[in-house]
Amino acid sequence: MSGLLILIPVALGLGLLGLVTFFWAMRQGQFEDLDGAAQRVLIDDEEPEE
Amino acid sequence: MTAPARLDPASAEALVDTRFTVPGIRCAGCIAKIERELPKLDGIASARVNFSAKRVAIRHAESMPHDALTNALEQLGFEAQELDDNPLGSEDAEAKRLQRALAVAGFGMMNVMLLSVSVWSGAGGVTRDLFHWLSGVIALPVIAYAGQPFFRSAWMALKYRRTNMDVPISIGVLLATALSMYETVAGGGHAYFESAVMLLFFLLAGRALDAAMRTRTRAGIGALLSRMGRSAMVIAADGSFKTVASQELKPGMTMAVAAGEALAADGVVEQGASAVDNAMLTGESTPERVAADSPVYAGAVNLSAPLRVRVTAAASNTLLAEIARLMDEAGQSRSRYVRIADRASRLYAPAVHTLALLAFVGWMLAGAGWHQSLVIAIAVLIITCPCAMGLAVPAAQVVTSGALLKRGLLVKDGSALERLAEVDIALFDKTGTLTLGTPRADISGLDPEARAVALALSQASNHPLSKALASSLREAGVEAAEVTDISEQGGEGLFGTWRGIEVALERPDCAQAGLSSQLRIGMDTSLIDFHDPLRADAKQAIDALSEMGIESRILSGDRSASVSTIARKLGLHARAGASPQDKLATLEHLREQSRNPLMIGDGINDGPALAAAHASIAPGSASDVSQQAADAVFTGRALMPVATAIRAARACMRVVRQNFGFAIIYNVFAVPLALFGMVTPLIAAIAMSASSIVVVANSLRLARVAR
Repeated sequence: MSGLLILIPVALGLGLLGLVTFFWAMRQGQFEDLDGAAQRVLIDDEEPEE
Repeated sequence: MTAPARLDPASAEALVDTRFTVPGIRCAGCIAKIERELPKLDGIASARVNFSAKRVAIRHAESMPHDALTNALEQLGFEAQELDDNPLGSEDAEAKRLQRALAVAGFGMMNVMLLSVSVWSGAGGVTRDLFHWLSGVIALPVIAYAGQPFFRSAWMALKYRRTNMDVPISIGVLLATALSMYETVAGGGHAYFESAVMLLFFLLAGRALDAAMRTRTRAGIGALLSRMGRSAMVIAADGSFKTVASQELKPGMTMAVAAGEALAADGVVEQGASAVDNAMLTGESTPERVAADSPVYAGAVNLSAPLRVRVTAAASNTLLAEIARLMDEAGQSRSRYVRIADRASRLYAPAVHTLALLAFVGWMLAGAGWHQSLVIAIAVLIITCPCAMGLAVPAAQVVTSGALLKRGLLVKDGSALERLAEVDIALFDKTGTLTLGTPRADISGLDPEARAVALALSQASNHPLSKALASSLREAGVEAAEVTDISEQGGEGLFGTWRGIEVALERPDCAQAGLSSQLRIGMDTSLIDFHDPLRADAKQAIDALSEMGIESRILSGDRSASVSTIARKLGLHARAGASPQDKLATLEHLREQSRNPLMIGDGINDGPALAAAHASIAPGSASDVSQQAADAVFTGRALMPVATAIRAARACMRVVRQNFGFAIIYNVFAVPLALFGMVTPLIAAIAMSASSIVVVANSLRLARVAR
């Protein structure tokens, strides 16, 4: 029983953490452009020599 | 990752965001080009590309005109259109609300389930009561938040004395929660918190899928701006020019229309000679020559030379606005269509409520006491709650539309798929639908030198024939010759000098039936023919449709000569010269014969018909208005997606019916258990998730449907 008093808040806390992270990610626009992220990997960081 | 701000610190001007839709973004290179090059211009702070939505958000100085931004994008090689302030905002917000609700319900479900499993595996006494209390503390706010979409929709339905799928859901969830609270307070054995939360989770998954499908398609369809010119240059009595918004134009004003501009109002040409592209209004692909006293219509594009036009009808009195009105009215007949899920719930909801009520009354009469009777009635409600049904339709439709999307066909929403599956006759517009809609030049009669000269001349003009010729020549690998002094004379052609010889690309001397232009080099002339070719697989697509029992016909606004050639080639019944009203009348006539017509068309003149038909498809090259009115949009040069769409839609409805069948079988077994009071929270939870998983798995089979 005493174990539960620790484990249940831990379980709830982890769940809440996940939920808050998801909301944060949504607010940050992480899901706005899913295909774009895959494309941006291919962009060279240096400007090409002209 | 974000482009650095290169604004002059001295010009501490307010920055604003403007969004553009740029359909040409196709690769990482495009992203890099836009995000790197734009901020180098004065006044632009940064640009950010959204690849999925094919949009660019530009942060720029407030004083910068939006035309300059469009031009800047065009100079980078991207066609761009400004997006209205936030045309998709409400849709996006709705999808986001559902996602948040789904996340909350998922969180609640996992935690409540954690506690419930311990109760089911034998926790008793104080532990059980504690767990019930904890479940309640988690479940109540979760239900209050995640249940809102259902409660709101059910309340709306009840307010108008109707019922929909959300009414039994809301009643089931609310009663289950209330009973569980009572059980918890009274220290009873069974609480149904996990069932209530799980129900919300599965149903929200269905809703979120449905919303995701709609937003994805809207992003693809992109530009929502009307084609009509939004302002016009008006010549005042004293000869000065000023820009007037199209709504403020009045009959009697004189507009100066530059070459390449769209007309903002209907009018009569006062001065100048040019050709106008009426394709969007009449479906006719040949540019129409206009001179003094010719009528011209809003939405038409002036092609070759500046015109002065006296306005005869403006704003809501134009032909274009008339078509828009017809479209609005025509669209209302479609809104009478009732989606299959709601049709099912019309039968389902009363049946479930009666059953639950009968269970309560029956057990009361049998002397079970009100508490036990209520528990059983609520168990009936929970077990019959249309969990599988709420998922059955969206899951199948989302998978189907995803499969179609990969084949270049965007379906706007689930109801479009349902209606597509029901069509039994297809009406095709000609230009841009059966044909590609852009003329192609026959360059086989030209020698290499002539080709080079022709390219040099044609690429200097915006005339559709010149553009077509230039693209045909470029495809053949022709390099432009060095032609100097190129001048364009409206209605006549292009003239220039090549190696000291006079060259021209002009209107042929003899008037011919087809489209052609004449290339003159010195004294030699050669004729270049243009034709608007059929889509390569038009015949196969029509055969595929007839195999599915769908008759095809042509219903075009074009001249009968060009329509009948194509009709003969495809062996179809054809009607030519149909006005938008005629098209509507044809559809109405078919409807009276209780047939379900499918309209496939691209022009603004097809808009009302697209909106009125039982289902409609437009090609990606269609006018924005038509793309908006149509249920589905297909891209590319093939016509086959039309047949694929119908096949997929029918397969989808087969799976939906299977899913419904499954839900009924499940109820046949589960309801007696509930009626006899044998459903514990454990059985309810297992039954609910098992049925949902089966429905989703069955729907996933549709992923291969468009192959």
